[in-house]
Order: sequence, then structure tokens, then C-alpha cells
Amino acid sequence: MTSTKLINSNQSWKDKTKPNVGDWKVKGGLAQMLKGGVIMDVVTPDEAKIAEDAGAVSVMALERVPSDIRRDGGVARMSDPDLVSGIINSVSIPVMAKARIGHFVEAQVLESLGVDYCDESEVLTPADNDFHINKWDFKMPFVCGARNLGEALRRIGEGAAMIRTKGEAGTGDVVHAVTHARQILSDIRKLQNMPEEELMSAARDFQAPYELVLEVHKNGKLPVVNFSAGGIATPSDAALMMQIGVEGVFVGSGIFKSSNPSKMAEAIVKATTHYNDPDMLAEISAGLGDAMPGIEANKINEKDQLQTRGW
Amino acid sequence: MGNLPDKQIGVLALQGDFYEHIAILEKLDNKASLIKKPEELESLDGLIIPGGESTTICKLIRNYGFEEKIKLAVTRGMGLWGTCAGMITIAKKLKDDYPKPIGIMDITVERNFYGRQIDSFEEKVVIKGLDDKKFNAIFIRAPIIREVGKNVEVLSTLNNEIIAARQDKIFVTSFHPELTEDSRVHKYFLSMC
Repeated sequence: MTSTKLINSNQSWKDKTKPNVGDWKVKGGLAQMLKGGVIMDVVTPDEAKIAEDAGAVSVMALERVPSDIRRDGGVARMSDPDLVSGIINSVSIPVMAKARIGHFVEAQVLESLGVDYCDESEVLTPADNDFHINKWDFKMPFVCGARNLGEALRRIGEGAAMIRTKGEAGTGDVVHAVTHARQILSDIRKLQNMPEEELMSAARDFQAPYELVLEVHKNGKLPVVNFSAGGIATPSDAALMMQIGVEGVFVGSGIFKSSNPSKMAEAIVKATTHYNDPDMLAEISAGLGDAMPGIEANKINEKDQLQTRGW
Repeated sequence: MGNLPDKQIGVLALQGDFYEHIAILEKLDNKASLIKKPEELESLDGLIIPGGESTTICKLIRNYGFEEKIKLAVTRGMGLWGTCAGMITIAKKLKDDYPKPIGIMDITVERNFYGRQIDSFEEKVVIKGLDDKKFNAIFIRAPIIREVGKNVEVLSTLNNEIIAARQDKIFVTSFHPELTEDSRVHKYFLSMC
């Protein structure tokens, strides 16, 4: 068989979508609608309302923001369904919520509540050391974290319809979000420029499904929307990630741990739209009060990092 | 394509899937630009307000002074097309209390009519003005049109709900032609600009 034939094969990874379970275009489609936008962590219906008023494209319903989870320690689990429902009922924008890595029952509960996107998240304590959720089983779409292209493609292979960088959540330090975004984009460029005969070995090295490696090689981008998360705390942080090449941002603790959440939220929304315009960014960034107190992410021991959870 | 003269089309790039619109227009050999500032509207033959989050798009439109500029451009004859969130944005009235639309087209729209994301779907629909072949419409937390004014022509319905309509050179769809490979709706918009 020639290599061209392999590339033109009609069998597609998208065919794994089961009949009557959310179609791939519909699942990935919502992520398309979120592009150029900011998804904000909120812990109460009031915060959700503030986020919506500030122009958030979606909110992530949580019991504690990542910086508090980090501070408190212990086991972090899915939020109380009452809290998630309360937030769903308080806003008209899509609502996301987190399930533990591998905890497909938490995901089933979130789907039953009507959650619009499930984040299978390393911010919560993993429930399975070996396996992530089989996301093809759900009508509700999933977003998953990744630190490199192989990890992103493994999650997409399991059915994730959106990817985000992991960064280091709850630190307010953007350095790992930058590292992960650069890594993913650089991996993509490498695959794109590889001759076809090298792609199978690349799939082996990236530990990624071959059919997805082919797709990235052909299109020069991930087959799903790619956001950034984990440490974004200012309008400039958001614009930095957008200029590096992601399609939107998640802001966790950065909004409601700042001194003026409503102002900070609005400024980050504007900066994500006008990420390429330094004059606008200067205006947007002025007089916002204090950003969240940060922790230098490079000083966190590997065993205390959230990003190493999952594989 | 070649049988239509090149039109100056802009896609409002405040938030949403604006690159998908640009990609289809380029496939039709029609150049298109991203619009981030109101003054960039001036020379356009047509403007697309893309899918996205309507609360965000409405807010940013007001923040950056687009509202009056878009109305002026429509008055001078610019074509306008809103897909999904774009349709909500330009409606005269919403059944919902939030957000406040900019009110250009004489329609009343209900947001999230079909429900939440788990109720999103694809369906083949007939659209007046295209050929007879059905169009694969993608509905994502989609709105529908509840009422239309007397100058509005209904172009498509699904189970009796209005999902596409036109008022002179203003055009709206509940669904997302930009997420498909089918460029017929974009061609239709170019022909009205």
C-alpha cells in the first residue's frame, strides 16, 4: 500500500461517534462558537452573573477556584449538583463543569444536569491512575488539558471535542501555559513539515493515534479548538496566549481573586478580542487594581504540580 | 466560481467563529476581511456577524461603537448576515431579557429554543433561494424566529419554526453554514450584496 493511500483512507477517527450520541460537528461546533472568548471560573450564581455581564462566553461552575483547591489540599471532587444547577439557572451562556480524570460517573451526573461542556480536569484529584473517560460515550462534549501534542491527540482519540493547555492552575503564573502552548504548536509544525514516510514513527514517538497524526500533518492544526488555561491572570497574559496562537482562554482564579473582579473580567474579555493591538491593550490594562496574588510556578515541586496528573 | 463580481465582505471579528466564514468565502474566490474596528465598515458591500456567544458579541458591539456604524452602513445599502448569535444580535426584539440586541431587522427571536448543548443537532433543511438540494444545517444552542414583520420574507422553517429569513439586504440563519463544506448559503449572501 502506498502512503498516499493511507492518507486518503476513508476511515475516520470521527466515525467512532456512536449513533444518537452527540454528533462530532455539533460537539466541536460549540467550541467553535467560544473562540476568541474567555471562559471564567465561578463558584456562585452571583459570580456567574458578574462573568456574563462582563462578556464571558461561558462559565466553569466550581465549588472552589483552583488557588483555593491548591491551598486547602485534600481530595477535590465534582461540585455539588445543587451548585451546578444554581449556576445553570442564573445565566444564559453555556455552563461548563469539572469531573475528575477517569471518573465517568461524575461525568454522567454532569450530563444529566444539562452541563454544556465537561472539563475532565487535572485540577480535581484523579479517580483513575490509568484511564481517562471514554468521551465517545457521551452526548455532552468534553474539554481536556494537554501539555504536548501527543497528550492532546490521545484525549481527542478518546473523544475530547476541545483541548486546552494545562498550565499550572491556581498559581496566577502564566509560564507553564506558555510552555505548553509553545510545545503543542511546535509539535504541530514538526508534523506538518514531515515527509509522509516519517509519520508512523512520529505517531510512535508522540504516543498518539496514527490517524490523528495524519490529520494534523494535512491541516497544520489540531482537529479541535485549542484554548489556553492554567495561570492566566491579567489582560496581557490573555493577549500573550492569543498571540502565541491559541484560540481563546480559560481564566480560573484570576478573575475572582483579583481586587476588582468585574473590572478585571471585562478587561480580559476585551484583551482577548484586541490581543494584537498594543494601544488598545495599554488602555484596557490601566487602573484595574491588583491581580490575584501569585505563586511562582517554577518553584512548585513536581509532586505538587497539578499538570502532571493524567498522561 | 467566477460568475459573481468580487464583493468587499467583512466578518465581524469581536468573538466567535469568524475564521470559518472567511475560509468559505475564500473558497468562493471572494476576498474577505476581519472587522475589529467600526471605521473598517465603511467600504464594505456586506458584513457577516458570525456565530459566537450573543451576550459577548452584543456587549462588545456597544463597547466599541459598532451599533450606530452598522445601522448607517445598512442604510447606505450594505448587506448584512447574522448566523445564530449574529441573528440574535441584529433582531429588533428578543423573547429573553438578556442581552439587548441592536435592533436592525424586524424579527422577534427566542434564544436557546431547542435547549442546552446536549439538545444541539444537525438536520437537512430546504432553503428558499438555493437550489432544491437540502442543506445540512447545524444547530448549536440555536435560536429561532418567533415573529416576523411585514417586510420580512421567511426562507426556511423546521417543524414550523422559522430558521432563516430575509428583509431586503438583511439575512439571518439560526444555524451555521460556516461549519459545513457547503458554500451555497455564502454564495446566496454574496448575490444579495
